[in-house]
Amino acid sequence: MSITRNGRIAAGAMAAVLAGSLAACSGGGGGGGEPDEGATAEEIEAALEEGGIIDYWTWTPQAEKQIEAFEKAYPNMTVNLTDTQGAEEHNTGLQNAIAADKGIPDVAQLEYQSVPQFQLPGQLTDVTGYGLGELEDLYTPSTWGSVALGDGLWGLPQDSGPMALFYNAEVFEENDLVVPKTWDEYVEQARKLKKSDPDKVLFNDDGNGPGTVTSMIWQAGGKPFQVEGDTVTIDLADEGTTRWAETYQQLIDEELMSDITGWSDEWYQALGDGTIASMVVGAWMPGIFEDGVPDGDGAWRIAPMPTYDGTPVNAENGGSADVIPAGADDKVLAAGFLKWLNSDPESIRVFMETGGFPATVAELGSEEFLGYESEYFGGQKINEVLAAGADDVVEGWSYLPWQSYANSIFSDTVGQAYLDRTSLLDGLSEWQAENVRYGEEQGFTVDG
Amino acid sequence: MVAFAFAFLAPVLYSLYLSLFRNQLMGGNQFVGLANYSAAFTDPKFWDGTGRVLLFLVVQVPIMLAVALAAALVIDSGRLFGKRFTRIALFVPYAVPGVVAVLMWGFLYGDRIGLVGWINEAAGSQVLTPFSREWMLVAIGNIVTWEFVGYNMLILYSALRTVPGELYEAAAIDGAGQWRVIRAVKLPALRGALVIATIFSIIGSFQLFNEPNILKVLAPTLISSSYTPNMYAYNLSFLGQQVNYAATVAIIMGVLTAAIAYVVQLRGTRRDS
Repeated sequence: MSITRNGRIAAGAMAAVLAGSLAACSGGGGGGGEPDEGATAEEIEAALEEGGIIDYWTWTPQAEKQIEAFEKAYPNMTVNLTDTQGAEEHNTGLQNAIAADKGIPDVAQLEYQSVPQFQLPGQLTDVTGYGLGELEDLYTPSTWGSVALGDGLWGLPQDSGPMALFYNAEVFEENDLVVPKTWDEYVEQARKLKKSDPDKVLFNDDGNGPGTVTSMIWQAGGKPFQVEGDTVTIDLADEGTTRWAETYQQLIDEELMSDITGWSDEWYQALGDGTIASMVVGAWMPGIFEDGVPDGDGAWRIAPMPTYDGTPVNAENGGSADVIPAGADDKVLAAGFLKWLNSDPESIRVFMETGGFPATVAELGSEEFLGYESEYFGGQKINEVLAAGADDVVEGWSYLPWQSYANSIFSDTVGQAYLDRTSLLDGLSEWQAENVRYGEEQGFTVDG
Repeated sequence: MVAFAFAFLAPVLYSLYLSLFRNQLMGGNQFVGLANYSAAFTDPKFWDGTGRVLLFLVVQVPIMLAVALAAALVIDSGRLFGKRFTRIALFVPYAVPGVVAVLMWGFLYGDRIGLVGWINEAAGSQVLTPFSREWMLVAIGNIVTWEFVGYNMLILYSALRTVPGELYEAAAIDGAGQWRVIRAVKLPALRGALVIATIFSIIGSFQLFNEPNILKVLAPTLISSSYTPNMYAYNLSFLGQQVNYAATVAIIMGVLTAAIAYVVQLRGTRRDS
């Protein structure tokens, strides 16, 4: 409510108009995303030597240093960096630029979960023609699988996020908990902790977005979303998803988890003082612990993900690729930068130096990387645990072509089961129904 | 006139135009006539949100206006010590940027590190649970009331200041007490201002957005993405990329709001004449 209420109606309409006029011209992208004529490695190299200007959108904290190194290697190149702050704003900005066909970056970061959303409507460049397909062996299979969709290659992996169990060893010791190897053991520890210290919880999930949940379903062997051309199959009651739901339901029903808002001050504080005693999250998390949770210094350790039957299985959580939008100005230079950014040892070294977790097999296996002893994590060789997880990622996962919309209605459906302690499977089936409806409205053939 | 047409009519007309199309991720843009409207009229999410703001309207607006009226009368009575201070103190919340105000209340409502958590601890039980299914809308109403009582008080108070002094003198000569003066002189003088404040508040209720949208970050499962029609339109447009349907929702809400505000104005002015 405000004094300019009438003005607000106009402003609201104006916003709708603006967004609408942008959307109106987005049809131009077309359906297929036909492969570009491309260029050979020599042609790309020559173009980089000759130089030019490209625009790069990212929220990677290491980008500035990577660009510095790139411009040193190719002195005639200039990279204009736009720091887009975070995934959500980034996607909206990119969507608007593409729709307006104006100010489209040459290279942009995209979360793995958002790649299909841009790729299917034909908004990304198939980089196969630029010889980037030959780089396949450099990357872990799961990250490669996130950019090689359908018959094309839509970018290169920038980082990866194989999951691990982060736990507060001090709380574990005080309460006589063991590091769980299976999810049954995990639930058991959660019960034990609740009994011995009711102020602490083993697990926290605010029910806002499905980032953790989709990764946990992935780890349980679920493949609820399958995309084949414009046909999408949704089955949020498949064997793996159900397996996850049955475990998670116990945490909800027995009140073994808290709902502190993720990434809030309260949340960081709860990680620091032991209120939240463990979390499952991607391998990019250690740097955030060091920066954001100073009170947890020395207390936290990292263990492999608990699994359902004790044999190691893993999933990716988060992580991004870099892509070339279909409307990019100079695709040859863009391809050159993209390749350098995500495969040149110097770029990856800079990326890792400040806490990035790589997607490249060589770096994941290097002695220096694996031997690193983290002071924050009590001298533990954390990368040994994290990198080992990358080998066990289940293949064949895919996200929805409208994942960001699906994420936005997660709390309306599945999240309600957290709140009322009702059946997760019912919540999942409601989420499925809403997604089927949305997909059909958007012109997909949806099976679900 | 041209500027008016451009700034006010063009967006509305364009929204109308948009609402007749449907743009799909696969398949592009096509004319669909009134299909978006028929979809909206049978859309449970839309009506759920509309019902919620209506409920909010019939409960919160009378409370807020009653408090504002009482405050205006008390300040105008001249019997209050520190009248200036009271007036400013009541008005200050309105000057606090809406986003800041909601964030502040969000922290106060917090059960772990907020004021509510502290009260609950002192009481030894969960006396206050603003972040629950039962109390969420009340908690939002509390914030909105806090924000706008001072603003409405000021509208009413300035109407009171225009009452000519002779009327009070005449009333005093007739031997009227304070209550009598309020009933016979002040309230009739306030009618026009009350109608205006009511209309503003009705529009404001239908436009409810900031408060729930910010609190959603703190309580995502309590506040759905279609909690109010405005939030629904926003999420459809920016996350669902359904700009056409969002425009449809916006136009239906605009017409509904205008109709209700018009009825209130008719009633208010009819009694005037």
